[in-house]
Amino acid sequence: MRSRLLMASAFVVSFAAAPAAAEDLTIALASEPTSIDPHYHNLTPNNALTRHIFEPLIKQDENQSLEPGLATEWGVTDDPLVWEFKLREDVTFHDGSPFTAEDVAFTIERAPDVPNSPSSFGLYIDDIAEVEIVDDHTVRFHTENPVPLMANNLSTVAIISKKHAEGAATEDFNSGEAAVGTGPFKFASYTPGEEVEMEAYEDYWGDAPEWDSVTFRPITSASARVAGLLSGDIDVIEGVPTNDVASLEENEDVSIWQGISNRVIYIHLDSDREATPQITAKDGSEIENPLRDARVRKALSIAIDRESIVEDVMEGIAIPAGQLLPEGFFGVSENIDVPEYDPERAQELLAEAGYEDGFKMTVHGPAGRYINDEQVLQAAAQMWSRIGIETEVETIPVSVYFGRASDLEFSVMLVGWGAGSGEASSPLRALLATYEPEAGFGATNRGRYSNEEMDSLLKEALVTVDNDKRQDLLAEATEIAMEDVGLIPVHFQVNTWGTRDGLEYVPRTDEYTLATSVRSTD
Amino acid sequence: MTVFIIRRLLQSFFVLVAMTVIVFVAVYAIGNPVDILIAPDATQAERTAAIARLGLDQPLYQQYISFVGNLLQGDVGRSFVFNVPAFSLVLSRLPATLELALFALSLSILIGIPLGLWAGLKPQSIAGHSIMVGSIFGFSLPNFWQGLMLILLFAVLLGWLPSGGRGEPGEFLGMQSTLFSLDGWSHLILPSVNLALFKTALIIRLTRASVLEAIQLDFVKFARAKGLREGRIVGVHILKVIMIPVITIIGLEFGTLIAFAVVTETVFAWPGIGKLIIDSIFVLDRPVIVSYLIVIVLTFITINLIVDVLYSVFDPRVRLQDLGA
Repeated sequence: MRSRLLMASAFVVSFAAAPAAAEDLTIALASEPTSIDPHYHNLTPNNALTRHIFEPLIKQDENQSLEPGLATEWGVTDDPLVWEFKLREDVTFHDGSPFTAEDVAFTIERAPDVPNSPSSFGLYIDDIAEVEIVDDHTVRFHTENPVPLMANNLSTVAIISKKHAEGAATEDFNSGEAAVGTGPFKFASYTPGEEVEMEAYEDYWGDAPEWDSVTFRPITSASARVAGLLSGDIDVIEGVPTNDVASLEENEDVSIWQGISNRVIYIHLDSDREATPQITAKDGSEIENPLRDARVRKALSIAIDRESIVEDVMEGIAIPAGQLLPEGFFGVSENIDVPEYDPERAQELLAEAGYEDGFKMTVHGPAGRYINDEQVLQAAAQMWSRIGIETEVETIPVSVYFGRASDLEFSVMLVGWGAGSGEASSPLRALLATYEPEAGFGATNRGRYSNEEMDSLLKEALVTVDNDKRQDLLAEATEIAMEDVGLIPVHFQVNTWGTRDGLEYVPRTDEYTLATSVRSTD
Repeated sequence: MTVFIIRRLLQSFFVLVAMTVIVFVAVYAIGNPVDILIAPDATQAERTAAIARLGLDQPLYQQYISFVGNLLQGDVGRSFVFNVPAFSLVLSRLPATLELALFALSLSILIGIPLGLWAGLKPQSIAGHSIMVGSIFGFSLPNFWQGLMLILLFAVLLGWLPSGGRGEPGEFLGMQSTLFSLDGWSHLILPSVNLALFKTALIIRLTRASVLEAIQLDFVKFARAKGLREGRIVGVHILKVIMIPVITIIGLEFGTLIAFAVVTETVFAWPGIGKLIIDSIFVLDRPVIVSYLIVIVLTFITINLIVDVLYSVFDPRVRLQDLGA
């Protein structure tokens, strides 16, 4: 017996992971970034990871408000087609070479055009017709039309070093050779599927990072992330599953941090076609598309008990939505309330529209793309059935769902939208503007909603440089689209991070998990 | 034997060709990877450009022809998602999976065969019964749940072993592997136990059944009658007979360990090919799916070949030439 005990303790000594020094941080990511190249794939996990090594000219703070990054001042010159950016002067790349306007010009040239990129940054840069280098620390961007969102657009584009990245391929970034940026952390190593290691950059121009080294590990299984946090292998995890939150909050060894995200979960309605694929009369016979009638759309919207979805399906970890972005974002209207749950009124509206007997529909949603997406759709379907619309739910794997949704195969579909630019023109333009893909309007308008009044307000806003005026125009456009129920917002996602005791995480609306947002409380 | 091997290789070549056609058509039928990979607010022009960059604007047969052309030069294409050569991506994940599979297989053989022998020779004893009851657990508990319980017990409650990930590799005779470092072993134990539980149960049951059959055979009775020692009867005569089915199953199971360790790799965040293939299927990363299947088909072919050769070693009645016909 004694010898067995002895063996067990030897086991403990040799195998227990050495407790990490306070300055090292291990972060578990819910999805794996696909590259260290900051321009290869415009995707949240990639953008968040590369934000440690590279920086944009203008940064977004945790609420996605703009703040100086590598540029200290920016604005439109007297000519509304020219933007001028003053660059920070004391900035060096990780190899010590200075950061200059040349690097900015090089970045603008490379970013939209990375070979094999499945999703490039072109959409943020294509407005720039010409980059003019005034001096080492001043650049001007010439455009063909006024681009009031220039600053928002450039806040997504990481500046790379011309010296290191000229002619570099994505592999050169992955190997670290070209991964030389100005950010608070230096590239140390990258093992795909396993981990990304970074070290603090001593000569960083901003506040020195609190951590000497950071390791990011992709752990896609949520329960494995939680286990890693509980066992002490991991210091910070993102994407804590909603059903674990309550038990983790009671655990003294870990802390939970929550923050609202810029992602609205909404239901898109086919409001254009005369006949829509999955809506029939109750006896199965074909009927005209009822969703073209705004009263029917409104009935569907107020038939949803958003409070109950948030409380029962999302376990309180979400916020009911009445428009496209939560309070506090640019372009949000103060005049829109969350639609009140009113099944009687919904039934009246259906009757007014000539559907007192209801109809039959099948609604679609992705399986596992958003937090509890299947259950949310199930709940909504039950609520619709209650007002006399016989509703069936079909959920589809993500790899198939979005393609079919864009091919207009669905009548009613659940989708989410995160506003990367952090203001209301992003969802208005993509989801609700009349479909005009060549001009970049309605690219994701899968319901083909169209409202001329809203279109003209939005188009005016997109060329209005005056911030106050643009804010009002966007708010007004939102009011029109929401009154007309161009789509049904359901809730805003709330993101959850878990940290070990002694750490704190400052939640970000853009869902990024950043080492610089982790602070020690000891 | 040479003829046999050549014929085998020819057959495998046709399997490979058929497999690439199926994958091409299937992935094409499912959807367009760009729909999943592209930023949702991208303009139509951006989308068209991305489709062209990935070569997806060509008709399917042309995509296939250029794929075969590149394949003949040893190039399977670049991953749509990672923008690195797909084949080397799969190969870079292979060592992690092989380590796990080898470790798990060794565990299940080292535990499974002796326990199976015991249960077969002493079927009515308490030990025999307990072994069989235990093996039912190995069979029936879901792999996923077993993994989580192992983590909960050994990583969270006891804190003895890490909860997931792969350890730092060590070096031995110029080879790099986590099998050669203590840290590597500590990371290997839980996932390979998780993988091995089901296989062990399988081997126990198979061994026991074969033993029960073998001890009834005439030559075993004859050996007993002749007064041979029990150790020799079991160790030489019985073992040799039961090895044929056991080796077949072990061979097949080794293949499935490599190819389908997906659940374990996901639960333990093990950076192997199982995890890679699942992620790749989700985003329709066709070059990676094809490369993975090529590797897996080759693995199965090799294992089957080795199993066939081992047959003839254990049972001289088996002639390889006959098998190939």
